[in-house]
Formats: sequence, C-alpha cells, structure tokens
Amino acid sequence: MPETKMISLTIEGRPVTVPEGTTILEAAKQVGVLIPHYCYHPGLPVAGVCRMCLVDVEKAPKLAPSCATTVADGQVIHVHNEKSLEARKGVLEMLLINHPLDCPICDQSGECELQDYTFQEGREDSRYREPKRFNPAEDFGGDVVYVPNRCILCTRCVRFMDDVAHDPALNVSERGDRALIGKFEGKDLTHPWAANVVDLCPVGALLSKDFLNKARAWELDRTASVCPNCTQGCNVIMETRENQVVRMRPRANEYVNAFFMCDWGRLNYRWMNEKSRVELPMVRDGANLAPTSWERAIASAASILHGKKVFVAASPMLSNEALFLLTQLMQSGAFRVVEGDEAPLPGVKDLALRRERAANVNGAEALGFRKSRDLLGGLAQGDVLVVAGEDLDGIDTSALGRASAVVVIGSVLPAGVTNAAVVLPIANFAEEEGTVTNLRGRVQRFTQARQAPGETRPSWLVLGDLLGALGQRSSFFLPSDVFAQLASSNKAFAGLSYDTIGFKGLPLATAEATGPKAPLAMGLTG
Amino acid sequence: MGYPHQPHQRETTVLSRYFGVKDARTLDGWKKRGGYQALQKALDMAPADIVNAVKESGLRGRGGAGFPTGMKWSFMKPGDGKPHYLCCNADESEPGTFKDRELMRWTPHALVEGCAIGAYAIGAETAYIYIRGEFTEPLYWMNEAVKEAYAAGIIGKNAMGTGKRIDVHVHKGAGAYICGEETALMNSLEGRRGNPRIKPPFPAVSGVFGMPTTINNVETLIAVAPILMNGADWYKNMSLSNPKSTGTKLYSVCGNIERPGTYEVVMGFPFRDFLYDVCGGPLPGRKFKAVIPGGVSVPIQSMAEAEATLMDYEGFVAQDSMLGSGGVILIDDAQSMVAVIARIARFFAHESCAQCTQCREGTAWTTKILERIRDGQGTTEDLDTLLDIAEQMTGKTICVLSDSCATPVVSGIKKFRGEFEALIQGRRFHPVIAAVA
Repeated sequence: MPETKMISLTIEGRPVTVPEGTTILEAAKQVGVLIPHYCYHPGLPVAGVCRMCLVDVEKAPKLAPSCATTVADGQVIHVHNEKSLEARKGVLEMLLINHPLDCPICDQSGECELQDYTFQEGREDSRYREPKRFNPAEDFGGDVVYVPNRCILCTRCVRFMDDVAHDPALNVSERGDRALIGKFEGKDLTHPWAANVVDLCPVGALLSKDFLNKARAWELDRTASVCPNCTQGCNVIMETRENQVVRMRPRANEYVNAFFMCDWGRLNYRWMNEKSRVELPMVRDGANLAPTSWERAIASAASILHGKKVFVAASPMLSNEALFLLTQLMQSGAFRVVEGDEAPLPGVKDLALRRERAANVNGAEALGFRKSRDLLGGLAQGDVLVVAGEDLDGIDTSALGRASAVVVIGSVLPAGVTNAAVVLPIANFAEEEGTVTNLRGRVQRFTQARQAPGETRPSWLVLGDLLGALGQRSSFFLPSDVFAQLASSNKAFAGLSYDTIGFKGLPLATAEATGPKAPLAMGLTG
Repeated sequence: MGYPHQPHQRETTVLSRYFGVKDARTLDGWKKRGGYQALQKALDMAPADIVNAVKESGLRGRGGAGFPTGMKWSFMKPGDGKPHYLCCNADESEPGTFKDRELMRWTPHALVEGCAIGAYAIGAETAYIYIRGEFTEPLYWMNEAVKEAYAAGIIGKNAMGTGKRIDVHVHKGAGAYICGEETALMNSLEGRRGNPRIKPPFPAVSGVFGMPTTINNVETLIAVAPILMNGADWYKNMSLSNPKSTGTKLYSVCGNIERPGTYEVVMGFPFRDFLYDVCGGPLPGRKFKAVIPGGVSVPIQSMAEAEATLMDYEGFVAQDSMLGSGGVILIDDAQSMVAVIARIARFFAHESCAQCTQCREGTAWTTKILERIRDGQGTTEDLDTLLDIAEQMTGKTICVLSDSCATPVVSGIKKFRGEFEALIQGRRFHPVIAAVA
C-alpha cells in the first residue's frame, strides 16, 4: 500500500494533520469543530447542494463548500468568522422562507438540525413577507411519510435509495422553489432498508409512520444497545418513554452496520414491552405454581438440579453471560433459531438482515450449545430440563415426558409446560446488560434500556445465584464479573473485557479465521 | 426582419455570410462555398498544430465566459488512454440570444465541420451537439447536415478518407435553461437530471461519462474553420481594439429597436454606432433608456455606459457590464425597468435547478418581491432586502444561475433606483408620461 501523504492545515486556529484527500469538513471534526451542514452525510456520496457548510479559506476568492473541498497544505480556515456566519445565516433564512414553522406539531422537533442551527446562529426574524408554498403530505410507502413543506431538498434520501439501497425510488421533481422529493412512477419505499431515509432526513420532512405523534424527542431516554433481531447485530440506540421502548434507531459502527439498520429490525421492538410476563419467582405447590421469595426459589431449583444430569433448552436471545453460566450447570444444551429471508443492503459490504433472526446464535454455538430444529431431541430420559428464555412455541412437547423435572428460567411460561417445578423470572433483552456475539464473531455490549417488571432479575444474576446455591462459586456482583470469568475460561473470549469491548465491539480471538477484523468499507461499495 | 436581406455595410460577415442563402444549407451548396476545405486541411495537420493555431488566433469562447479556446483545448492531454469527447453547446437559451439558432438554421454544415475539426484537435472520436429542445428548425437542419456528411464520408469511421474516426451526434434537449450550463448539459446528455456538477473536477478531467471532455459554443466551433483557412493573423487583425479580443462576434439584437436581428461586427466596434446606425436606433418617438448587452445574466447598462462602450470582452467590462453571449436587449423610455427586471427574475426562478438553497429559494423570493413592487405594494425595506438576498446569491452556489439572477437586480437598483422608489411611494409607472418626461 503506498504511503498516504499527510496534509497539515489550521482550522479555527487549531492545527490538524490529516491524510491527503480528506475534506475540510471531516478534518474539522478531528479537532472538535463542527461545521454546520445538511446535505453532507458520511455514508452517502457528496452532493454539495445545501451550501450550509461554506467556510472561509484564507486567500481563496470565494467561500468553499467544506464537504466537497479537500484539504491543502498550509490552508487557514475560518468556520465561525463573520463571512462564513453571514453566509450560513443567509442559507438558514432561505431554508425557512417556505418552511411552515410548525415545530409544535412536528415529530422532528427537538432533534431537528434546522431547528438547532437556527437557534444556534440564525436570524431572529424573517424578512419574508410573501405567501408560502404549500404541498400536501404524501405516503411514500413502507414506514415513511413525506411532508414536503418541511423539506429542505438536501437529497440525502434520494442518494440513499440510489447509491446505498441500489433501488432508485426517489427523485427531485420540479424545479426552482416548486421542487420537492417525488417517487418514481410505480415505486414505493418498500425496500427492506428504506426507513433509513427517516434517520437521514435532517428535518421533519420524512417521518416514521410507526413513531408518528408518539413522543416528543426530549421525552425520550436513549440507551446504546444492539439490535437483537438478527445475527448481524446492528448497533442501535433504544429509545424509551415512560419505561416503554418506542423507537430503535441505528448507531454508527463502521465494523458492523455503518450508519444503517433494516426496517424489520427497527420495527420489531414491541415484544420488549410485553405486558403478560412472569413477574414473581414461583415453586410448585401441588397442582399450582405458588409465588415465593427469590431465596426459596433459588434453593428449590438448586435442590432439583443438584447431582442430576441437566439438559438446557436455551434461547439464542440470551447473552453470552447467561449462556456461559448455563454451561456451568448443564451436561448438554441446545437451541433453535427462527429463520426468515436474507435482505442485504447492497451499498455496504457485508451488511444484511440475516436469515437467522436472533441476537446470539454465534455466541450460543461458541459456548457449546447445539443448533437444532428438534430442540428437545437431546433430552435424555431422566434428565432435568432447564428451559432458559425459550417459549417452546411450536415445539413438540411430548418429549417433556422424558424429563425428571422442569426448571423454567424465563420471562414467560413456555407453551405446553404444565409441570414446571420452579419458575425463575428473568429480564428480557431490553431490561438487562450483557454481550452478544454476531455472525462475524464480533462481541458487542448491550445495556439496560427499561426496567424489568415485578421481581424479575437479570439472567446473569439469577444464574450466578443458582450456581452459588449449587456450591460452584459465590454470586457475581456485575455482568462484567461474569464476562471476566468467561474470558478466563474460554479461549475464544480470551483477552476481552467490558472495558476493551466498549460500545463498538471486538471480535472473538477465534474470529480471525471466520470473519474480517478490519473495518467494513464505510459507506459505499461498487 | 426576415432573410434574405443585405447585411449592413459596416458589418463584417464571416460566420453570417450565407445567412438567408438556402443553397448553403446543403452539402453541395456548402462545398461550392468552400465548405470542408478547412477540415481537409485540419486532418492533414497534427492536432497540436491546430490547437496552436487557435491559440495564436486569440479566439475566445463565444458562449458567454470568454475563455481562450486554444487554451481550453490544450487541457486535453493526448495519450492518456481514455476516450475524449467534444460537446458542442447548442442549448442557446439565454433570453435575448439567438445567434446560434441562425448559425444552425443557415449553415449547419459549418457546425458539423467545426465539430469535426474540434474533435480531431482534442483527440476525440465523438462529438455531441446538444441542441435546445425548442429549436425544432435548427434541429431539422442539423440532422440533415449530419446525415449528408455521413453519407459523403466526411465524418464517420473514415473521415474524409483519412482513416480517422469522427462521429457527430445531434442530441435534442428537453428545454431547460440550466442545461446550457456545461456540466448540467453533460448530466442531461448522460440521461440524468440536468443539474450542474460541483467543480472540480473540471470537464477536461472528468466530463461526459466521466471522461475528459471539451465543451464549446456553436459560434466558437464555427469560427475555427475560417481561422485555419485564413490564418491566425487575419483573425487577429480584424479587431479594432485590443489584442485580447479578436475576430468577429455575432450579436442578436432585440427589444425596443428599429431593426432587431442577428448582426456580425468585428471586435472593438463602437456600441453607439452599432445601436444607432447598424441597428437603426430607437423606435420612432422613443429614446433608449437602458441596454442589456449580453443576455439577461449580465449587468444592465445605462445609455451613457452603452454609448461609451467598445464592443469586445474588455470594452463591456470597462462600462460595467459583460459581452456575455451577445444577446443585446434594448429597453426604451416606455418601459418600466422594475417590470423588466421582475420578468428577468421570474425567468431565473422558473429555471433554477433547485439544488442550491440560495438559488432555489433566492430566485423565487427575489421574483416575489420585485413583482410586489411592480404592482405598487412595495415597501422601502424591500430594496435593502433585495440587495441583501442578491449578496447571498452571489458566489455561493455550484453554478452561476443564482449570480445571474442577482446581477440584473443589483445593477437595476443601482442605476434605476428612482423607478423603484417611485413605485414604492405610490406613483404608478405610466408609459406615456414616462416617455414625455
């Protein structure tokens, strides 16, 4: 690889050295200078049309669009001097002349870049005294609705559909101030990744139908997490309002999902708010399951498991931590995974909605669980069956008769299980912290986004206590303690810790052979 | 005034010599008049020698910007292993400009010849003539000429029997002013929306289909043949003024003038004589009030400025305007300048491609304010607002359409502020009173 030439320049008085070919806008980011912009997005080709990112380059005759201008040695660039500021003020005023200023009823309000920059440095009033242009809202298909009056024609949506989704569905129709985003005849935003245009839209012009009028942006709590809905493991922000997950949006990670996530994963969050849950630990009392204390429930489960052969039917939605602890008490274990059609995003290398629709299929396999459609096939006569996080929906439960006893560790009572001896209620994916391993062997952390109901406890805590009751070791205080034990006892996880994994993940030590460690090409391929 | 008619005696007809001569439109008629001799000569020369001859002649782009043609051609590096393209910009859409239309209507073979010479000079095998959508008659004649030239082996796989390949394609636009902008033209030619591209990269590096491309105006390409035949000195010596502006220039004259039409005069011709003598002066009983000398994108000249102008690239700049495309529009004392400028702004607002914020919103906003003033609803703040919008629209966008809209507004307010203020203060413009006053 030829050595990249480095360019040194000064941006807002701060010296910066970047590789040749870097744009001024990206170089500025590196020294903590945000150049306001609308049409530029690092995951899309440069358009250079909003003219918001114009900066003053000393000795240049005109202001330069920083998103489309590459750095040159010795440049001195002013982002916040009067000349650049006046230009941005002009752009902001012009963007607002035909804008309805309907922030109080706009979903984007509070996370709107037009709002932000106008508050930050726009004019206090408008000099526009003419009638405003009006166009009716339009259903764009999929999860997307278009409100043209709020549109600033940055064309991010058009470029996403053209150059990333490779499904040209959108265009700029008309000219001049009559222009608006249009759909090509017969096309809808039905591409499985189309809803990304809602995130990409810097204003309230493209909105999610699912999220429409659901919450104000400032009422939301945001949690860094991972999408649990397939083995890709797209990094997400889970957004909750009053303890309910109301939206998932992609979080940038160049190793996994660039800036995007698929529509199916994005909209598949309602199960996290499921109301009919097991909320109390229970033990069998004759024909009934009776609520009891955690201490008694754990002790009861330990006495059932003690000295027995244990078979675990686990869910691939469980964390590495929970699965690891399960391996400590079982002789064998299996899991099954729901499947669907694979749907790639062609513009980004190795990014797709995967066939296997669960978060931790690879973690379960790495930890020694067998993937099988016949989930209970490995259950031998007389084994104790532990059903962990698995609802057994659609499974032939006649095999249950082989079990000497059934212990349920989960958030619902599994279908067909009528004789559970102990039920230990655990938190679901959105309610606890842990790690999962994606299909390329990347270990990624997820964190708690909502509170678990009732006396439900995190899976790692319940299993740690259970192992303690079995005399294997004392309880864990934190999920990171569990992970530390996992890393020290399993070669694949060697060298990893919560601190080193961080929020972008790290590959398993064994992942080198099976998947790329190098970052995916951010943005575009082919 | 229709053809045929005699040119004015002070005209110098080089390119417009056969305007009105129907026979010159055909291949035989064109050959009889010396056609395709220059191409024959060119194909016997080395491409670099043609470029040097054009450089030597001082020929500059006739589309408006006035960039030296020879220098533009020399940006095309031979032997870079990529296909080169020549584009002929025949999307003449600047209001008040219709010289290329006449050139293509009467001398279509001159353009085929010019394209062939140009293509050969820059190492291209393909030339595209991008012709304005509304130009149905020029399109017809261009298609006829290209067909005849192919049939006669003048262009094609074996151009003039030299074994060199030169293809000429005529492409009809769909009628958008912005497609006359060189990079928008290339997008349109490729089948995309006609939006200007960010420069750099410039067309000589990445133009049509991402390949090195040179784009020239119709009049520029047609001027090359006489330069090759008569020599660079002949061309240079025609200029009456300075050595930076050489040869002849076609002007299309329209508006409130006695003899509108297309005229050809040498560089440095006095504008005063041109307007009052060659073009016959104002209509009976009227006086000129203002002139837009180079299509509506250039600053409006007062008559004092116009009458002091020598007609060349520098001469118009010295009198606060530009030569532009040579579309001369006369405005007499019966016209309201506000109405004229509002109409110009409306044109740009309609034609803005809508990419850049300042242009998309600014052209429309400017139009709305100007029309409000025109209709007697203006306020005193409006003029300051207009000038400020114009400032925001200047030098900040991808192409110069935005600047082009701001230019007549700024020069109009500067030079005819009284008319704006009179309308704002409630004195409706009255053509008869204005003419008498």
